[in-house]
Amino acid sequence: MHERLDDYILDIFQNAVEAGSSRVEVELDDSDEHIRVLVKDNGPGMDAGLVRKVLDPFYTDGVKHPNRKVGLGLPFLEQAARQTGGTFRLDSQPGRGTEVEWSFPKNHWDAPPLGDIPRLWLSVLNYPGQHEVVIRRRGAGIDYEVRRSELREALGSMEDVGALALMEEYLRSQEEKE
Amino acid sequence: MAKMTLEELRKLRESSKQELERRDNSGKDIHVIVGMGTSGIASGAKYTLEAFVTLLQEFNITNAIVRQTGSMGLDHAEPTVEIRMPGMPDTIYGRVTPEVAREIVMQHILGKRLVDGHVYDRPSKDIMG
Repeated sequence: MHERLDDYILDIFQNAVEAGSSRVEVELDDSDEHIRVLVKDNGPGMDAGLVRKVLDPFYTDGVKHPNRKVGLGLPFLEQAARQTGGTFRLDSQPGRGTEVEWSFPKNHWDAPPLGDIPRLWLSVLNYPGQHEVVIRRRGAGIDYEVRRSELREALGSMEDVGALALMEEYLRSQEEKE
Repeated sequence: MAKMTLEELRKLRESSKQELERRDNSGKDIHVIVGMGTSGIASGAKYTLEAFVTLLQEFNITNAIVRQTGSMGLDHAEPTVEIRMPGMPDTIYGRVTPEVAREIVMQHILGKRLVDGHVYDRPSKDIMG
């Protein structure tokens, strides 16, 4: 089980890219007493049977890790969300894509801390591939949207050290409260 | 710090790029590859990735790229980082906290000496999973 919310977000985001999505949207909103996250992709999606299976900790498709018997990302997230009195929703349609949405009440003992958000976005945006990422972030005094394609166009690279250092500075400045 | 616009970001990048092109035209020959599988994430690989970006910038090592990859099969030694550069063997380091990242930048990348106690080898294919 992950310790912080930003680790869950990165994990679920990676699932979306690895599924072959060309566009992934990540929304994070902690402007009220709940922290709400949505990860939505346009990947291959899953049918109802597979949706049930991926919530079983002892299911894995065996492709990425042929000898591994567990696939824990989604089951752990569902458990973490539900045991805090939060919500968890997984909707998927073959050929359309997948949405994972969850929330935690901020003041619950077992709610994971948010983590460092600009650092999370840095890892999300640096993840290799040609896919688009749209980040929407809302919080108390915070409201911004970031697109990977725009940053790539402005910086010319998502891997060069100079580009990444500037990107981090940019992302930190977006988290400044109004 | 005021909120930066995309236009400002683009201009900053332009001016730093021109500066770089004057100084170095050797290509991006240092590759820092951070393992970002689930176990990497759980053990703080995001901090490691950020630390390398900050440190390489701090030491003015401009001919470097920082990339992510999946698990390197060394889940017991996360976070893991592979360094590829001329003049040094391709090296996988384990248990790379931000403090160890600093040692790797100063000793391996700048000093061309391996960092003791953190060198790992890729496990053979049949036990990777």
